[in-house]
Amino acid sequence: MSKKLLLEKAHVENIRLYDVYRREGGYRSVEKALKTMSPDQVTEEVKKSGLRGRGGAGFPAGMKWSFLAKPEGVPRYLVCNADESEPGTFKDRYLMEFIPHLLIEGLIVSSFALGSSRTYIYIRGEYAWIVDILEQAIAEAKNNGWLGKNILGTGFNCEIYVQRGAGAYICGEETALLESLEGKRGNPRLKPPFPAVKGLYGCPTVVNNVETLAAVVPIINLGGDEYAKIGVGRSTGTKLISACGNINKPGVYEIDMTISVEEFIYSDEYCGGIKNGKRLKACIPGGSSVPIVPANLLLKTAKGETRYMNYESLSDGGFATGTMMGSGGFIVLDEDQCVVKNTYTLARFYRHESCGQCSPCREGTGWMEKILWNIENGKGKMSDIDLLWDIQRKIEGNTICPLGDAAAWPVAAAIRHFRDEFEWHVLNPDKCLTENYGLRHYADPIHVPVA
Amino acid sequence: MAEEKKLFKVTIDNITIEVEPGTSILNAARKIGGDVVPPAMCYYSKLKDSGGKCRTCLVRVAAGSTADPRPMPKLVASCRTNVMDGMIVENITSPAVQEARKGVVEFLLINHPLDCPICDQAGECHLQDLSYEHGAEGTRYEFNRRTFKKHDLGPYIQLHMTRCILCYRCVFTADQVTNKRVHGVLDRGDHSEIATYIEKNLNNDFIGNVIDVCPVGALTDKTFRFKNRVWFTKPVDAHRNCDKCCGEVQLWMRGDEVFRVTARKDVYGEVKDNSKGGPGWICNECRFEKKNASDWVIEGLSDISRHSVISQGKYPGLVKPKETVVEVMNGHSPKLMMNIHSVSEVNKPEIELSKIAGPAHSSDFNSNNA
Ligand SMILES: Cc1cc2nc3c(=O)[nH]c(=O)nc-3n(C[C@H](O)[C@H](O)[C@H](O)COP(=O)(O)O)c2cc1C
Ligand code: SF4
Ligand code: SF4
Ligand code: FES
Repeated sequence: MSKKLLLEKAHVENIRLYDVYRREGGYRSVEKALKTMSPDQVTEEVKKSGLRGRGGAGFPAGMKWSFLAKPEGVPRYLVCNADESEPGTFKDRYLMEFIPHLLIEGLIVSSFALGSSRTYIYIRGEYAWIVDILEQAIAEAKNNGWLGKNILGTGFNCEIYVQRGAGAYICGEETALLESLEGKRGNPRLKPPFPAVKGLYGCPTVVNNVETLAAVVPIINLGGDEYAKIGVGRSTGTKLISACGNINKPGVYEIDMTISVEEFIYSDEYCGGIKNGKRLKACIPGGSSVPIVPANLLLKTAKGETRYMNYESLSDGGFATGTMMGSGGFIVLDEDQCVVKNTYTLARFYRHESCGQCSPCREGTGWMEKILWNIENGKGKMSDIDLLWDIQRKIEGNTICPLGDAAAWPVAAAIRHFRDEFEWHVLNPDKCLTENYGLRHYADPIHVPVA
Repeated sequence: MAEEKKLFKVTIDNITIEVEPGTSILNAARKIGGDVVPPAMCYYSKLKDSGGKCRTCLVRVAAGSTADPRPMPKLVASCRTNVMDGMIVENITSPAVQEARKGVVEFLLINHPLDCPICDQAGECHLQDLSYEHGAEGTRYEFNRRTFKKHDLGPYIQLHMTRCILCYRCVFTADQVTNKRVHGVLDRGDHSEIATYIEKNLNNDFIGNVIDVCPVGALTDKTFRFKNRVWFTKPVDAHRNCDKCCGEVQLWMRGDEVFRVTARKDVYGEVKDNSKGGPGWICNECRFEKKNASDWVIEGLSDISRHSVISQGKYPGLVKPKETVVEVMNGHSPKLMMNIHSVSEVNKPEIELSKIAGPAHSSDFNSNNA
């Protein structure tokens, strides 16, 4: 049983309500931070904890906080990114829905550390009912003196506002989010300047993911050093993984990043194995943007070592043979799934969600979708596979924001590892409409050259 | 004594130049001039916040600065990346840049209708120039090109959304040059479009300048629509006393007839500064209402690059060549094959070009299609 820091109390009855949450030890971290620590000390603890951003990029949170510019007389903002729209990722939703006070508590401590008196939660528009849950939690916190003016008599003022997005994945990108929060079209900004210098309304701003900010609570309660002892290497603490696809027990799991991928998929504590006794074919372990890997490279690295559920191990081998932790959206594909169809679905998503500002992403995503549709429907040509490769290569790295990369990577990874499945579609234009390519060699042990 | 300003040294394609801090790579390259200047389809020096979108100006930064000589990990948009002291930039000397740029041109063209033969912008279109200079010969795109619902922007400005490259210049112009913006970008991704949302005329004063900033034929002058090819007209500089704008314009004439009035443009196709300083934006009255030569004091022929197709109309005093058709046609006189505007009505203005995927064909203009 791995250690739980975030969801430990998530199933205590009525934990959504303030009284129960408080009874279970809630808001201790606010007392500790506001009464016994300075803002810089809080930041220092977060630095020591090694906490990495849980929104996808894995950037060390403490370091991000220490970059925040602090010019005299200019307000600073903390913005919580609850836009969670990456296909496969639904962990923030779970946390906010079941234990909303944990996020509010984390936000108060983080706002204190950063000096933000007006803190925003920008939430995905489709999570309409969670807005109510959060606003109720905020009202309860305020009624009990955790928000508002002069909190705990320390002179620190803080309000938290919830703002709903209007249904655009791109508004999860932090600068598009800020534009949208300002009431503008959600186009990502050009960087530099970075939000730490010029963010919301031109003021220094920190944008962090829901899970990142909730993790500040156990960090302050335990101390940064203690928190850092959980996990392994630079993957400290616990991580929420939302698991879905062809598994027996889809859901949100809190893991401490020491378990292997194999254990995560097959143990009854987590995914409970592949559904209907099927065999594992492939997996997208970190949300739709990260590279898909075949079963053999998922469970073992190219060096033949066990792959673990943490930042370093999942990315072992780089894009050639590895993938990424991303935002923790773990999508499992069994032997009956078609990688071409899966890639088409993702391409369609990115085409639809591109903001359209820069030409490679606006035009390239649509082009890839159309070619993939052809291949999937038995209308593809051999040359289309190389063309796809060339298009994704010309998008990647040449755009304003990482959505372009996120659209390119799944296509690149699918061709890199499953090229023969694409070719099979081209060579069997009729058969591919009624049959699947199947598992083939994708789970075969990988030959590891002996040194 | 004025303190001496520290200048930054930057090397672009092996040419070193000193520029003021805060200068972008693109503007530093423009100071050098010639081939090392990256093409810019969205950046517009007179419009704040423009640039960064089209990605045609991508360059490689081989060394960030003297202090931190590491190369930048990705290609950067030269229009929105400022130089640092000791920076080394590669534009035409980098194969990676050439390759990426070719990709961008291809992306810009896959959904472009390529209807240059019936486009009023042809001859002064930056996308045409860009494609000739940096594009590939053929296309690898085998799908229907994008079409849009028609939006009518009123009596002055004609919108052909299929030609738009979403550079946002017209949006910035409306924000920064007119008193109120009534159009913008609707929707997102490859279905983004320039429109007014609720059908509305664009007639704020100075809005006509969107025609001049538009790098392609997406926004053209409705009062000039299908009237003539630009290279058959002769551009002259002219001015009038105007209480709204500088009154310094370019007239596009044939004989004594004024076909079109635009602002004056520099070598990068941007509106020039006027004689009193500041961008020479012109008002709607000068642009749309003053179509008589007598409205204007003509200063002389405009300076047009020798490489432009427009320069053919520029030279004065040319001897009209002898008519040879009758001679080579065994005594038959020439037949009027096509008159592209109202006379023959072959180019039916009522046909909405934005609804045609790809280049328009004669079949699109057949009477049963009207
Ligand atoms: C297209 C795109 C969508 C994103 N969506 C989200 C999101 O829904 N939630 C999130 O926390 N981060 C998202 N991110 C990452 C954010 O830009 C940002 O890195 C993150 O909020 C920082 O928080 P963290 O450091 O706590 O991870 C997205 C990034 C991109 C490029
Ligand atoms: S990469 Fe795509 S989503 Fe990001 S700014 Fe460019 S067009 Fe918009
Ligand atoms: S209409 Fe012209 S100026 Fe406006 S965005 Fe499109 S291409 Fe740019
Ligand atoms: S001119 Fe630089 S990106 Fe368009």
